[in-house]
Amino acid sequence: MAETISIALKVNGSELAAAVEPRRSLVDFLRHDLGLVGTHVGCEHGVCGACTVMLDGRTVRSCLLFAAQADGADVTTIEGIGTDEALHPLQQAFQKHHALQCGFCTPGMILAALELLRDNPDPTEEEIRVGLGGNLCMCTGYVNIVRAVRAAVSNGNSR
Amino acid sequence: MGLLQSYRDEAKVLAGGQSLVPLMNFRLAQPHNLIDLNGVEGLDTIEIDDRTLSLGAMVRQRDVEQSPLIAERLPILREAIEQVAHPAIRNRGTVGGSLVHADPAAELPLLSIALDATFHVRSARVSRSVAANDFYQGYLLTDIAPDELLVAVDFHLPPADSGWCCTEIARRHGDFAIVAAAVLLGCGRDRRIDFARVALGGVGPAPLRMIAAEQALLGERADAELFRRAGDVAAQAVDPPADIHASASYRRHLTGVLVRRALATAASRVKGQA
Repeated sequence: MAETISIALKVNGSELAAAVEPRRSLVDFLRHDLGLVGTHVGCEHGVCGACTVMLDGRTVRSCLLFAAQADGADVTTIEGIGTDEALHPLQQAFQKHHALQCGFCTPGMILAALELLRDNPDPTEEEIRVGLGGNLCMCTGYVNIVRAVRAAVSNGNSR
Repeated sequence: MGLLQSYRDEAKVLAGGQSLVPLMNFRLAQPHNLIDLNGVEGLDTIEIDDRTLSLGAMVRQRDVEQSPLIAERLPILREAIEQVAHPAIRNRGTVGGSLVHADPAAELPLLSIALDATFHVRSARVSRSVAANDFYQGYLLTDIAPDELLVAVDFHLPPADSGWCCTEIARRHGDFAIVAAAVLLGCGRDRRIDFARVALGGVGPAPLRMIAAEQALLGERADAELFRRAGDVAAQAVDPPADIHASASYRRHLTGVLVRRALATAASRVKGQA
């Protein structure tokens, strides 16, 4: 389909405009058109959580949204959470507690954890496991991920 | 409505996209056109009065989960929603989308059957209401024409003192249920049951109301033995499917267990009872 749809949105605080094919998914738009490859493409049907981003302050699967639907939205990706020089406290906790091995699921995990701690600043281990239940990790066995989120809470770094 | 009428089979309605878009990504669905309801005004209202909770079709599942009003007035709906997938799915997924997708193991269709919901359907030519029991016609099949749209659903509130429980067995939290049960229970004097609703998901092509189990309960005294008997009645009444997730006999077994457990939990939540 040759026609495109014009969109204007905010990504990690920057306003931008683009013309996208109607079928372009949000995650492909972020990765291929904007070069924001921190958001990963896993299962492409909403199961794995690797493509999780924030849309207007709520986590969503960016593989299940079309870029055209993000017109007017405020999108935050992992690149908007912390930088190499200044990691977000959750990222620091993940690093310190070995909550990642290959790192494929990590951007999605961090965004899911951010939302969890915003809505529930002092979650139990069970609540952390349920809150992150929509994000699959094939390496860690989750123990260290839960530990890292708990540590971020005890350090008062939940935001 | 005009767009739906002109495209008919050539178009699909896009709500939260948590069922349709996975199907599109697998190329199992290849609609020529999508009509996006996001941004259509007036479809996301939550209204409640003495008798009815009315939800617009585009109310996000997460907003149901986080509504203090719903937690207070229809807690079974909140308990059900918390078992729907995961936060990021519920942030986007809608009440109407889940209801019309009509997965036989999904929680919202199950609740619509348990609570005798009324579906409000509109098209450019007609506006009509359908009872949940008539809306679900078979596997992923509903009483909705290609040019029609579900705009709202009314859940009829159970008696104020009734107990409730929505529970399920799934391989992992958030997965589709193998079997799901939703029950509502009201008790009068001497713990005699004067209101009973028992509905099951995952045991047939569509969610089912278990009238036989309800009849076994009405007028009887609420106790563990009665709940076991009602579970047995339900297990005998269903004709569950077998698939890669579970055999028919395992689903039948779960039916009995879940109905028994759900009734016990609901009975413990009946107000004004010890």
